[in-house]
Amino acid sequence: MIKVALAGNPNCGKTTLFNALTGSTAHVGNWPGVTVDKREGLYKKLGEDIKIVDLPGIYSLSPYTPEEVISRNFIVEEKPDCVINIVDATNLERNLYLTTQLLEMEVPIVVALNMMDLIEKRNDKLDVEKLQAALGVPVVTISALKKQGSEELMLAALNAKKREPKTVLENTALKPLIDKIVDVCKGNDEIDNLLYHAIKVIEEDEIEIKDHKLQVNIVEEFKKETGIDTEAMIADERYKYIEANYSVCLEKSENRKVLKSEKVDRVLTHKVFGFVFFFLILFAVFHLTFSENFLFLGKLIDDEWVSFEGVPILEGILGEGSINSPGVIITNLFNNCVEWFFGIIGGWFESGPEWLNSFVNDGLLAGLAAVLSFLPLILILFLFISILEDTGYMARVAFIFDKIFKKFGLSGRALMPMIMGFGCSVPAMSNTRTLQNQNERTTTIRVIPFFSCGAKLPILTAIAGAIALRWGANADLITFSMYLLGITVAIIAIIIMRGTTMKGDSQPFIMELPEYHRPSAGSIMHLLWHKLSHFIKKAFTIILASQIVVWFLLNFTFDWKYIPSYEELDVDASILAGFGRLLQPIFTPLGFGNQLGSTGWVFIVAAISGLIAKENVISTFGTLAACLVGAAIDVEADGGVEAVTAMMTSTGITAAGLIAFIVFNMTTIPCFAAVATAKGESPDKRTYHFTLLFWLVASFLAATTVYLIGSWWWTTFIIIGVIALCFVLIKIINKNNNNNNPKDGDLFDFARNSNHNCCD
Amino acid sequence: MKYLLAVTNKLKGQYMEKGLNEFKIGEKGTIKVVNGEGKLRRRLFDMGVTPGAKIELIKKAPLGDPLEVHIRNYVLTLRKSEASLVIMEVEE
Repeated sequence: MIKVALAGNPNCGKTTLFNALTGSTAHVGNWPGVTVDKREGLYKKLGEDIKIVDLPGIYSLSPYTPEEVISRNFIVEEKPDCVINIVDATNLERNLYLTTQLLEMEVPIVVALNMMDLIEKRNDKLDVEKLQAALGVPVVTISALKKQGSEELMLAALNAKKREPKTVLENTALKPLIDKIVDVCKGNDEIDNLLYHAIKVIEEDEIEIKDHKLQVNIVEEFKKETGIDTEAMIADERYKYIEANYSVCLEKSENRKVLKSEKVDRVLTHKVFGFVFFFLILFAVFHLTFSENFLFLGKLIDDEWVSFEGVPILEGILGEGSINSPGVIITNLFNNCVEWFFGIIGGWFESGPEWLNSFVNDGLLAGLAAVLSFLPLILILFLFISILEDTGYMARVAFIFDKIFKKFGLSGRALMPMIMGFGCSVPAMSNTRTLQNQNERTTTIRVIPFFSCGAKLPILTAIAGAIALRWGANADLITFSMYLLGITVAIIAIIIMRGTTMKGDSQPFIMELPEYHRPSAGSIMHLLWHKLSHFIKKAFTIILASQIVVWFLLNFTFDWKYIPSYEELDVDASILAGFGRLLQPIFTPLGFGNQLGSTGWVFIVAAISGLIAKENVISTFGTLAACLVGAAIDVEADGGVEAVTAMMTSTGITAAGLIAFIVFNMTTIPCFAAVATAKGESPDKRTYHFTLLFWLVASFLAATTVYLIGSWWWTTFIIIGVIALCFVLIKIINKNNNNNNPKDGDLFDFARNSNHNCCD
Repeated sequence: MKYLLAVTNKLKGQYMEKGLNEFKIGEKGTIKVVNGEGKLRRRLFDMGVTPGAKIELIKKAPLGDPLEVHIRNYVLTLRKSEASLVIMEVEE
């Protein structure tokens, strides 16, 4: 089958074109070893199927980012039949820079000139014939957004012939050097892409240098003799060539016009209004997704005269004396459908043996429903994130907040995923793909759960409510300070990680601020569909399997006897309770371990059930508390305050212990859905396992700290001292290391490792 | 004397060199030298920050860093620390 690769700058309309070409055959995966999207699909309109591979968006073929390494390895090693280079006609100068590098390879190339309609709108003129003559490869004009020109483009790709590689350095001082190195390579029996390899060696390319020791010496000699900075000269010559040629092709109507984006940015990145707008947009996103009082219309609705109670489809529209936001309405509707559907399936098993009934209804279906109930919220948050990303606003957010994040060793791009974490960790973790550096990504993914998500709020309010009831504190204040505490833990963790295992300081923040444009509905739908299918696959495989295991542990005793149900009080004998008791001593420093006596395991079991979904913690509270007091407790009615109170009186846990329990749940391994996402976003198994370990250690340390301070206030000074000492030690050690070894390792290592095993 | 001072000042202004990080909003100039090494320098080249290119500082982020510049017909943002590697010849 003919294989065609798409290459081009970010924001040049590449993904839109890919979607237009491949439609429903598109398949999204990861490039091996990195969390960079790999899109593949088929073009079927030309008789024979053409396989299309979408290479990541790149500005150059440098060896410094995973995206660039992937692209060059794919073209050099996989040898596609043709590379379609998509070029944004409104930004020719920078876009053609990549083209000049692609031309040095031997692969057939077709240039797809996108956004020509915008050129015409600006009354500029672009001479395509001249451009084609200058580049020496076919140039086809297309409009990816309007789906125009794709057939001509694919025909050109199909007919693209093998061509002589060509360089823009032909008439420069570097020509003799290039020829010399090509000759040496020939002598060493290299055959493919000689020109490309030679020029990359002269550019002092990290990957090429390693394989061409002999040639590097020649370059060094040349540099000494002539005093030419070859790397700078090559970049310079490329741009000079482009300038010389494209100014002939492009006739501009006026000198520099103030771009539309610049006008919009006068407000959106304004000193004051920039922040105001950011928080307004953020508020709108969360309000539309989570609010149960849409547009604060609550007062207008009177339960007396309007109620959809009992009408399943409409029931979710109204909350208690208010209108729900679209997000909540969709969630309710979806959950009602799931409930109805699972009710039917569950009904088939009700007359069966009790263990089977419990397995299907309590284990399988209840667990699936718990995970699926996230789905609408996740998708809606995804929708908003991708709209903000597509319009170009996310780049502005990074721009506004970068200075703050620089202090912690991250870039402004890390802000959005973290804030999205307050809604749901799953879309937040996926959103870290916009971060440029793998270590930065991993660091951000690890702290995202500390930004307490919507599902953790019930735990906070239930326990805060119980504490307020018993000790007379302000419940809202406790809840709010827990959020602040989560952020504090995140900041401390970021500083420690960026100073130790997740190094990679001085990440350059050199980024294009793309022009604002309308998001393409098709691209967003593709993305949502991909996320949806991905999540459902996860929900029905590893998440479901984990749930079955937990159900089993909760419903069987050590001698494989089935425990009929919670009400029988025999939960005490379950394997999970046994585990809880076994683990109890470990939790003593956290305030809910051995000091709670024989019933202390309930907190541990509740925390374990929270690993499936944090919603489970409160429902587990309900069942366990019912066991303790011997009467049913309705957690729905008061949000679990009564259940927590019952557990409090029966175990004698202190307020400090309860707060530590909240902190533990907030910072420990998140729900299965988030864990599955974290796994998918990790570059390798090792990183993923470290992430799990990190969450465990972080939660133990954070909860212990809180318990110690809550129980003995003077320990505050010791703890602050210890944290300060850690920071100082990290600084000192890093200073010494930096003197010995100035290079930051991660991406170079990546480039080295992936040079040969990237494309399987 | 006054006239001479004015002339020298003008000359100074015309041929003034300074880092891009010291630019004021609206100031324009041509790149003379790009310092730095390895990945950082290459990234600057790849984004079109090469000697000879014209740059205009459009704006600074609300907190003073990073900078937003117009270069090669598009808008680029970079931190002051990176901008300090770019030595500019200021345009009148």
